[in-house]
Amino acid sequence: MKILEPLLFELSVDGRRGYTLPKLDIPESDPADLLPATYIRKELKLPSISEIDCVRHFTRLSRLNYCVDVGFYPLGSCTMKYNPKINEDMARLPGFANLHPYQSEGTVQGALALMHFLEHAICEITGMDACTLQPAAGAHGELTGLMIIKAYHDRKRNKTKTKILIPDAGHGTNPASAALCGYQVVSLHTDARGGVDLNDLRAHLAPDVAGLMLTNPNTLGLFDENIEEIARLVHSVDGLLYYDGANLNAIMGWTRPGDMGFDVVHVNLHKTFSTPHGGGGPGSGPVGVKKHLAEFLPSPKVTFDGKKFKIVRKCKGSIGPVRSFLGSFGVLVRAWTYIVSLGGAGLKDVSSHAVLNANYMMRRLQKRYALPYDRHCKHEFVLSGKPFAEKGVKTLDIAKRLLDEGFHAPTIYFPLIVEEAIMIEPTETESKRTMDEFIEVMLRIADEAVNTPEKLKAAPIKTPVGRLDEATAARKPDLNYFKGRGSPPGNASV
Amino acid sequence: MANYLPNTPEEVKQMLATIGVPDIEELFREIPASMRLNRPLDLPEGLSEAETAQKLQDLSEQNFGADELSCFIGAGIYDHRIPLVLNHLLLRGDFFTAYTPYQAEIAQGTLQAIYEYQSLMCELTGMDIANASMYEGATAFAEAANMALVHTNRKKLVVLETVHPEYRAVTEGLVRHLGVDVVTLQVEDGVIDATRVAEAVDGNTAAVMLQYPNFFGCLEDVAAICAIAKKAGALSIVSTYPVALGILTPPGEFGADIVTGEGQSLGIPMGFGGPSLGFMAVRDPLMRKIPGRISGCTLDNRGQRGFVLTLQAREQHIRREKASSNICSNQALMALNATIYMALLGREGMREVASHSMQKAHHLKKELSKLTGVQIPFSAPFFNEFVIQVPNAAKVLKKLESEGILGGFLLETFYPRFKNHILVAVTEKRTIEEMDLYKHLLGGLSA
Repeated sequence: MKILEPLLFELSVDGRRGYTLPKLDIPESDPADLLPATYIRKELKLPSISEIDCVRHFTRLSRLNYCVDVGFYPLGSCTMKYNPKINEDMARLPGFANLHPYQSEGTVQGALALMHFLEHAICEITGMDACTLQPAAGAHGELTGLMIIKAYHDRKRNKTKTKILIPDAGHGTNPASAALCGYQVVSLHTDARGGVDLNDLRAHLAPDVAGLMLTNPNTLGLFDENIEEIARLVHSVDGLLYYDGANLNAIMGWTRPGDMGFDVVHVNLHKTFSTPHGGGGPGSGPVGVKKHLAEFLPSPKVTFDGKKFKIVRKCKGSIGPVRSFLGSFGVLVRAWTYIVSLGGAGLKDVSSHAVLNANYMMRRLQKRYALPYDRHCKHEFVLSGKPFAEKGVKTLDIAKRLLDEGFHAPTIYFPLIVEEAIMIEPTETESKRTMDEFIEVMLRIADEAVNTPEKLKAAPIKTPVGRLDEATAARKPDLNYFKGRGSPPGNASV
Repeated sequence: MANYLPNTPEEVKQMLATIGVPDIEELFREIPASMRLNRPLDLPEGLSEAETAQKLQDLSEQNFGADELSCFIGAGIYDHRIPLVLNHLLLRGDFFTAYTPYQAEIAQGTLQAIYEYQSLMCELTGMDIANASMYEGATAFAEAANMALVHTNRKKLVVLETVHPEYRAVTEGLVRHLGVDVVTLQVEDGVIDATRVAEAVDGNTAAVMLQYPNFFGCLEDVAAICAIAKKAGALSIVSTYPVALGILTPPGEFGADIVTGEGQSLGIPMGFGGPSLGFMAVRDPLMRKIPGRISGCTLDNRGQRGFVLTLQAREQHIRREKASSNICSNQALMALNATIYMALLGREGMREVASHSMQKAHHLKKELSKLTGVQIPFSAPFFNEFVIQVPNAAKVLKKLESEGILGGFLLETFYPRFKNHILVAVTEKRTIEEMDLYKHLLGGLSA
């Protein structure tokens, strides 16, 4: 078995140290005199490595990664835009990074002012009346929004509201969030134009509908122009309309969920408003609501009395806290930085160029890839790799071949309603030149899929590792070095 | 105004020609006129980098944080030392700007780091399997409750009042809709007696939920409480403070089924409470019920060791409404932060941070208890956080603050019956001078 980089545990040598504390400046006492013996740990098998070992280990690991700072991520639904570096410096200002969340209000006025403005900005961008910055990610925002919807129906003592409608093109988090909130999920069909099937919606419209969750533009990258009618229908049974803000990057300054008739919206602050992805997080998922739902927003709330900012913990009608403290403050600082840097006009330009870039790529790529919904797209579009199926080539193979060409793969096999889906979102920060390079490679791969399909099947060959044995990983999981020893099954040499 | 759009007007023209539209406006035409925003967004005009930075500098200077004041506040977030190396590694673009490692071939750095993180968390907590992270301490705790409800198919939770009040509120908020009976046991002498837990637990109890060290800094009889849960067929869920486990017996050794917690203490700045790090670790039988991403070790088609996200059949992008949780984005970068921290400190460093924090806290408690007017209401064993009772506690805290000390957390914020109680935390970072000053000032105020 070849090892690219040893595990921390394999680098450990007893007696090495990577960090030294100042000497204890009080008279030393034995832990045994401070605690009953039962509470004192007998063994701690953490590794011991030096500072340079640590620096090299993590630097070497980092070099096995692809990242936005290196190249293009055409990942549909993920908005992997370039995130300005100023954000990092701002989030690390000592006056932000060193605040304890339970300090007195008087000592955190700047932080609260920042949050207060950001709430206002999110309301303005989304067309909502009030906002919470608490939720820790998009999915957490969804859950928060659904809890607010539930609180609304509970307030009306309406016990019949048991269902949430979700289009089959929706993000997986939508049904998962609805289920976590105790709702029954009803899936709606997508029509031939790629929007919500109005007939299917009408068929499921009943007094038990608590709400409908919608992404608009949806995960096909298409704006559902029937939104006015959808909103009317859902509201006609006293259902509420939930906007999944994952695709907000497409419409800023052009239209607003609030103006489309939505009652609740979450925003993926880390995506649209520029916090680097960090290998999977952190995020932040503020939730905005219309006036009639404002009282249900989570507590505590940040308020301003004209002179001072305050943290109000007891809020009548509120669903209560959805996490500890006030939110992912560091992500809020980055969003504030981004919004203030760009201003209102700059944000509209962001969406304009995100949509321009996506349409440009779509039109060039449709020459060789199937385009199931042939309309102007918004910030992303979905192709299908189905034409190559007869050569035995799957979308997965196309994705893996891209890795050899120095690109990240697009989102694949999502949305579920498109066979062999290839979902591409260039974002506004990519240049025509970068997109052209990617397009040329995609067109070349299409040729290869027809002429030399084995080349795709074998890919990737230039990456640090080849395709991984996922089946064994799931069947005989080694998830913890102290049990599995980082020695995968089938590996006789270790 | 800052501008992150690379394309020139000429390139835009070329792109529009390729698309076959006269202008960008045309691409938005399908948005019905009635819902177009026919005015500019009502936000201030954009600023240059220098102007933005100045505004934020000004805002940040309206705050007074732990770099200017001595922080004796804990209550879930702690002012520990952070090795300077850490930020250099964390800010490497290859980690920082990488996507979730779904394309394993170009994400081995992130995947191996997650595997290392999982292993470190398992060892620290005494558990079998950890996931790649949760949002923060409260949601991790609430998700554990949800997991227990699903796993046992029971409808009751027994929660100790000594759990962080915000964690309890978040948990109650999550299960409120599911017809769950939440029984909260009241604290006495800083902890809750195991016999009272035994009285509350019955055949319908899905989980017993506690915190160790608890919100008051005290150590519950974790072993006895976990045994009570086990006997009733319920799960035991223990929220913990990872730094403390450098010296404390891990919850896993006491028999916990699920261990969660807030990982901010592992080298993450306090940052006004976020982003921090939620963690969750479980016993083997719960492997396919745990929420969130997990990295597993395997081989690639070249015979090399590699890592890959695994057991994804639990997750929302595969299972939708049948998933074990709705979690998608997690706190990957903060988990990396914790991994680098634990790697740097190592076995000895982790013990030392815990030991110094504990010794200093015990020292300060002893010193404060000598002051006239200061009472120590609880006698249970504690780690690095303890409660004092002083007359006019709110005023005392205000006065301490004006002298440069964040003196602690006022318990009546969440526990109205504990009037004038202050929860004081001491980390290894606090110096003898700071503690002497605390004592000196408090002596003048409490007498």
